[in-house]
Amino acid sequence: MTDASALPPPAGETRLAALARWWGPHPLAQAIGLAAAAAALALLASNVLTSMARVGMEPSLDYLTQPANFDISESLIVYRAGDSYARAILVGLLNTLKLAISGCALATILGVSLGLLRSAGNPLLARLVDAYVEVARNTPLVLQLFFWIALTRTLPPVRQALEPLPHAYLSVRGVYLPWLTVEGGAIWPALAFLALLAWGVHRVRRRLGRPLSLTEWGLAAAAAILVPAGWIAADGVRFAASLPQLKGFNIVGGVSLTPEFAAMLVGLSVYYAATIAEIVRSGLQSVTRGQWEAGRALGLRRTRILQLVVLPQAMRVITPLMTSTWLDLTKDTTLGVLIGFTEVTAVIKTSANNTGNAVETILVLVVVFLAISLPVSAAINAYNRRLARRGLVTS
Amino acid sequence: MTILLEGAPLAPPKREALRRTIADLFSSPFNAIVTVIVAGLIAAGLWAFLRWAILDAAWSGGAEACRAHSGACWPFVRANAQLMVFGVYPQDLLWRPALSLALMAGLIVASMIPRFWSLSLALGWVAVPAAVCLLLSGALVGPRVSTNEWGGLPLTLLVWMIAFAGAFVVATPLALARRSDMGGLRTAAVAVIELVRGVPMLVALYVSRFIVPMTAPGVEVNLFVSVETALILFVASYLAEIIRAGLQALPRGQAEAAAALGLGYWRTMQLVLLPQALRAVIPALVNLGIGVLLSTPLVAVIGMTDFLSAVREAASHEQDWPGCFTTAYFVAGLAFFSICFVASRYSRWLERHIRADGHA
Repeated sequence: MTDASALPPPAGETRLAALARWWGPHPLAQAIGLAAAAAALALLASNVLTSMARVGMEPSLDYLTQPANFDISESLIVYRAGDSYARAILVGLLNTLKLAISGCALATILGVSLGLLRSAGNPLLARLVDAYVEVARNTPLVLQLFFWIALTRTLPPVRQALEPLPHAYLSVRGVYLPWLTVEGGAIWPALAFLALLAWGVHRVRRRLGRPLSLTEWGLAAAAAILVPAGWIAADGVRFAASLPQLKGFNIVGGVSLTPEFAAMLVGLSVYYAATIAEIVRSGLQSVTRGQWEAGRALGLRRTRILQLVVLPQAMRVITPLMTSTWLDLTKDTTLGVLIGFTEVTAVIKTSANNTGNAVETILVLVVVFLAISLPVSAAINAYNRRLARRGLVTS
Repeated sequence: MTILLEGAPLAPPKREALRRTIADLFSSPFNAIVTVIVAGLIAAGLWAFLRWAILDAAWSGGAEACRAHSGACWPFVRANAQLMVFGVYPQDLLWRPALSLALMAGLIVASMIPRFWSLSLALGWVAVPAAVCLLLSGALVGPRVSTNEWGGLPLTLLVWMIAFAGAFVVATPLALARRSDMGGLRTAAVAVIELVRGVPMLVALYVSRFIVPMTAPGVEVNLFVSVETALILFVASYLAEIIRAGLQALPRGQAEAAAALGLGYWRTMQLVLLPQALRAVIPALVNLGIGVLLSTPLVAVIGMTDFLSAVREAASHEQDWPGCFTTAYFVAGLAFFSICFVASRYSRWLERHIRADGHA
């Protein structure tokens, strides 16, 4: 009950004594209890093996190398029916990641905009955002996904595709959007330079212990523009906009999203944008009015107060919540199985049905998700502990 | 009873409040433009909804009437109400799910009144789900009905109720173990909580469907039982973290005062710490309850006909009722929304009520 970790360790403690202190009181009872729990788990596991043996199965991961005789409608890598199950699962995993990353990006952009609009000071606008948040968060995500997929089924065929924005087409076969293509050279050195520069600026700010002056920002901005531009000119990189166009019975060019992917993306973004808007709002509200007033008393402008005083404090509330929201979104990509998007769960479900190796396939699924979520939640915990150590929040 | 003056801001008189709101709406030319644009958007949205729900809607007749109208298709709801609410439960025994629904709704309403909070109410959370299970299965009276035929709103509420009530039983020891000063126990609790929280609910349901039945060879494990096992563990891992946060937020003096009174560990927890911790996390508890209710439709993936899948089943008669999915999903969404909206408003009221009583 007392927080043992809050006390400093006694000086000159041996490693064994430290372990005994960590293990705490009732050492024998604890050991017996844990051993009993482990034995119960082992019994359950052996029961599973017995059950499998009854239907003539042995646990093995051999099926991963066997050919998977099903098609997958969308894939980032080359895949044909007959490739191995391992490759099929990889295809599903890549689809999951594609959906998770684009969904997090879209939901964050939408959610932060809504959260800022909510706090912008217009009561009517704030009420409208509130209504959106209430509706999105008080109806099941599954229902919203059902609605979006049903909506894509009512879209017109390709020949009469809707064009809500110039060069963006909606049809029953999917969504077609303009896309930027890179030709004639490599773009990654420029991107790597930008990442390096951002990291460098961050380190310099840390080292200086003060916000950068206008000249210093100007220097950084000049480097951020000139160096990539120089690289692009030197390497002969050309950008081209690839616009979708109606040709015959098909739309070619641009980037195309399947109806299932589009429904998942829109559904997850709309749902999680509401959550993120709430997070942004509560983060801004967690900074008391006195902070704004103190900033004003120092003669700072509104944007400077926001940048120097309010945001750094709000980010302490926002960062861990935002991270766990992204994690939740990633977990909810599994709902794709309900509306026919072939993400990793759907592939594994099909594999389990085809091979009969239900136990092993589902364990693979569990491992995949633990590999994604355990590091993220460890990072959140570490962040919170760091803040708690600095006495900024009560842990 | 103390009278709280500070912390209870005095509301300005109604007219004054109205005047201030109007001033805020038009505080600057830019703000005035935003107000007008937003008001226009809201009006357009309301008008579109009004046309869909009332003016252009089909109110009577059958599928032909719906085809002739571009709005909502209310006859569809009337024709499919029974399927949507009760699923595929046998026609002649519908009084059972209806009675179950009434029992569960009664318990939930009773639980919302702080005056009724007592040991007997807690027992009610054990007795009512058990009674509903007996009633639906027909173990006491009349013909047996297999769990595969349970469905609709009663099933959704039952799944939710058992998962949530059961989770309390599992989560409280887990939270205490995680706060314990016994290293081995603490590590085990952390492992259970993090591992279960790390997987999506859908994956937990697959585990319950395919792996849990195999842990008891030779015994026919009912699908409903294995699903509830998985759900209880899943919800408990989230609940344990909420309870832990409540315990952590208590000032150390509470535990020390209890120790000074000579209370042991269990009495301290039972009489001093847990009641305060639970009270402090009521908003989070209600949020979790809402979250679990909104996630129950996932049980459809392993073949249970909950409320939403019953609605989807009804809406799948696409050729009989063209375009009815909007109406069907609207009705389902409205049902979930009303429950959750009331629950979240209730949670805010309760928070204020408890603070006004001077408990927290």
